[in-house]
Amino acid sequence: MPARISRDDVAHVARLALLELTEDELERYTEQLGAILEHAEDVAALDLGDVAPLAHPLSLRNVFRDDEPGAALDRDEVLAEAPAAESGRFRVPAILGEEP
Amino acid sequence: MSATAVDIAADVRAGRRSALDVVEAALAAIAARDGELNAFNTVTADQARAAAASIDARVAAGEDVGPLAGVPVALKDNLCTRGVPTTCSSKILAGWKPPYDATVVGRLVAAGAIMVGKTNLDEFAMGSSTENSAFGPTRNPHDPTRVPGGSSGGSAAAVAAGFVPLSLGSDTGGSIRQPAALCGVVGVKPTYGRVSRYGLVAFASSLDQIGPFATTVADAAACYDVIAGWDPFDSTSIPEPLEPTSAALGRGVQGLRVGVVSEMTSEAMGIAPDVLVRVREAADALAAAGATVTEVSVPACVYGLSAYYLIAPAEASSNLARFDGVRFGLRVDAPTTAEMQRATRTAGFGPEVKRRIMLGTYALCAGYYDAYYGKAQRVRRLILEDFERAYGEVDVLLSPTSPTTAFPLGAKTTDPLTMYLNDVCTIPSNLAGHPALSVPFGTGSDGMPVGVQLMGPALSESLLFQVAAVLEASSS
Amino acid sequence: MSETTWETVIGLEVHAELATRTKLFSGALNHFGSEPNTNVDPVSLGLPGSLPVLNRAAVELAIRVGLALHCEIRPSVFARKNYFYPDMPKDFQISQYDQPIDLGGWLELPEGKRIGITRAHLEEDTGKNTHVGGSGRIGGADYSLIDYNRAGVPLLEIVSEPDLRSADEARAYVGELRAILVAIGASDGKMEEGSLRVDCNVSVRRPGEPFGTRCEIKNVNSLRSLGRAVDYETRRQIDLIEAGDKVRQETRHWDENGGRTTPGRSKENSEDYRYFPEPDLVPVVPDPAWIEEIRAALPRLPAERRHDLAAAAGLTPTDLTVIVAVDRGADATALEAIAAGADAVRVLTHIEHNLAVEGADALSGSTLAALVGMETSGALTATQAKTVLAELVTLAVSGVQGDPAAVAAAKGFEAMNTGAFDAAVDAVIADNAEEWERFKAGDPKERGKLTGFFVGKVMKSTKGQADGKAVTAALLSRAG
Repeated sequence: MPARISRDDVAHVARLALLELTEDELERYTEQLGAILEHAEDVAALDLGDVAPLAHPLSLRNVFRDDEPGAALDRDEVLAEAPAAESGRFRVPAILGEEP
Repeated sequence: MSATAVDIAADVRAGRRSALDVVEAALAAIAARDGELNAFNTVTADQARAAAASIDARVAAGEDVGPLAGVPVALKDNLCTRGVPTTCSSKILAGWKPPYDATVVGRLVAAGAIMVGKTNLDEFAMGSSTENSAFGPTRNPHDPTRVPGGSSGGSAAAVAAGFVPLSLGSDTGGSIRQPAALCGVVGVKPTYGRVSRYGLVAFASSLDQIGPFATTVADAAACYDVIAGWDPFDSTSIPEPLEPTSAALGRGVQGLRVGVVSEMTSEAMGIAPDVLVRVREAADALAAAGATVTEVSVPACVYGLSAYYLIAPAEASSNLARFDGVRFGLRVDAPTTAEMQRATRTAGFGPEVKRRIMLGTYALCAGYYDAYYGKAQRVRRLILEDFERAYGEVDVLLSPTSPTTAFPLGAKTTDPLTMYLNDVCTIPSNLAGHPALSVPFGTGSDGMPVGVQLMGPALSESLLFQVAAVLEASSS
Repeated sequence: MSETTWETVIGLEVHAELATRTKLFSGALNHFGSEPNTNVDPVSLGLPGSLPVLNRAAVELAIRVGLALHCEIRPSVFARKNYFYPDMPKDFQISQYDQPIDLGGWLELPEGKRIGITRAHLEEDTGKNTHVGGSGRIGGADYSLIDYNRAGVPLLEIVSEPDLRSADEARAYVGELRAILVAIGASDGKMEEGSLRVDCNVSVRRPGEPFGTRCEIKNVNSLRSLGRAVDYETRRQIDLIEAGDKVRQETRHWDENGGRTTPGRSKENSEDYRYFPEPDLVPVVPDPAWIEEIRAALPRLPAERRHDLAAAAGLTPTDLTVIVAVDRGADATALEAIAAGADAVRVLTHIEHNLAVEGADALSGSTLAALVGMETSGALTATQAKTVLAELVTLAVSGVQGDPAAVAAAKGFEAMNTGAFDAAVDAVIADNAEEWERFKAGDPKERGKLTGFFVGKVMKSTKGQADGKAVTAALLSRAG
């Protein structure tokens, strides 16, 4: 059973999720997430090694589409909704980190 | 608007009433009272009038304009509508105009229905009271000091207030059924995969389903028949053909076996006594109509809430990653892309959304996956198996929809866990992927509506409507 | 030289863009070189509400590759790999993670060594960032522009075992894999367009010892860079260890201009990708009948074709001319020419040296055979044959299989009659009596040198019409 979620854990997941937390928020979320996860311990404690995970109630398999072109979006309509665009492309500030 | 969708469509199709007249009445009702209730984020008055005029012209030309001809509908604001703002009641999507329509929107329009607006919700459908909206809470039409439930509170209130006879919501853990119960209307969560999710802004992909709100069981069935069916744009869409459910409505419950879920009718589960009274009365009404009523146990249900609060946030944490200020929606400027994304998400998401994103991120982290998300997916199997065992004994299950009637605004906003407990009876059906609906059945000790829930095995929507019609008849 | 005591260990991850018409999960076009953001739909842009639907053709190509690489075709499940990067529209990548479609196979290098294939799995490609301003490179740019045309293009990531031991082997592996992918129609294999992208894991060890710490080298965009990068990285790691340092497990980037690898992210601090099964997709469980249908439709693979050609030519499959002919896709022409009776070595020599030109594939095997026949009979010299061949290719491109004899005649390449030939040889001998005496004296070394001298003279006096081999033979017979 995992240990109770710590302040560092919350700071870590906030970093992974690209969220910035104030000290107060960090405090509050640590407490709240701790309470929710504590409630979930009944599930975490179950021994279910022989039970298969369920993803879809009807167990669908092999859902494919044919390799046929569909309608493309109108670029102007799409870029009109973008926060910033230039030369038919989406514009973003400098990218510092490398691709994972 | 007192007329039902079925009646309106019949009148419009026959040329007895113009669609424009129907739409004007709906718009007038909204204008008169939505300032108070805040059910709508957007009202598409001009577009609705134009669509109505087109329906009327086609009727005049002798065309078949569809089973929902001229019926005004309201759509939860997490359903994509081309060129019409789709906000999920979040600052991060404020003003976003999708370049495409959700599949259900296309189906409604093809059936002759007319969209009059987009309704308020808990931000990204995360909540049970519609108080987590960036655009202010929706109020319960029966008592504006109380919540309408959530997350589809706007759609429930729009029908309950008589603005529209039909609306669509989405239900991930009870977000259609619980507000239906609290607002005194019918609300349906279909079998997972029965209604296409294409164009529904995802909260938790393996649980989300779109379904109707209506004032009558017959209207809900008519709407379900229009929106349900296979869609090539949703891989989880069920290919089995659809039989019209409306045909089942008058069949009664003679000889049917109804099970009252023991785990969901105990005060230990937090079910209020006045709600329990109504559930007992509903069971009695079904027995009186010829059904065999027994008590049935679905033991794994008690793990539902925990499993849900691991699975839904996990999937949400991933689904909500794309709100990053790059392609659409809000951007908070910063010198680098990573800083811009962080600033955008920090400013754009409300506290409940952030809470669930972090909870879900944590549940998926290496080292915790097996204990949390993995374990919760196995619990889903247990719940499904327990339900299937129950459906070996009975045809449908009966329970409360919500533990209580509508509560006052602000009553449960301080402690997230208390709010989550609202969904204790509705969550198991989402986890099993089974259909369930809420039908009004009297009022609580506070005079507010009570809803009872009917649950059935996969693809048993007809049967649920059939039983709900009997409860509807006996409660009025 | 310390390298002799070290062994390089290389494993490659090759990302191949699959040659489908549309993307992996939507009907937007999979097409290189379109205007930015024109091959996009809600799915490729990751718009809210969009859902993926798997392209059957991509699955079929993945199975085809799996079969060509002798893999087991397995039930597979897509997962979400979660990370933020602006060219990734959903901020997660849909990829097969712990249940890939192709598992455990092998590929045979042309020189005969078998390289293990760990797995091959389907995943979606990202969009493309263009860095603007500053140095125009990441880090130095003022801002970036994103084109999502490539986002969602189907990729097959093919992972090898760490079985490769040199830069040459690594290049041969990628070359062979590319040939297979092209032969079975799975990918166009164009490294310069990014259709084939290689990441290489390099480590060094003393032979017999356990594997060393490896570095993953990215940004290797050609076979040449691959060789250079492996050699550089090998040297760097050996130098580190011999200086008493340790190799750090990390991602490094190949700097083509600088000719070196530069450090990137440390693997120890690698992201937590929070993989979980993609709930918007259902498992892929290929029907055995489908797999067999795909297997039955597979064309002959390059390795099999090398064996076929070698057998017909009386050579080994590892003969360079055989490898080159198959690599160029000219083996069918060669087989046809050999079957028509042409000398196999001359056929393959022409393919290697004289047919590495545009339009060569239009030339029929029988035309090539006719040309080689004239050459063998002495009617054409090697130099003349080359000229005639070029003309034959030009004709073939315009749709005509030319007659080598007619082309030769038109060029004035009449074979010399015996009288004229003998006269020419005799004249050269008479004009160079001193050299001829030395030739006749028979010192092998001297004779070798003088053969070249006389052949050159005869060629000059006949304006190249005499065949060099015939001149040599005539000299020998006259010397007695």
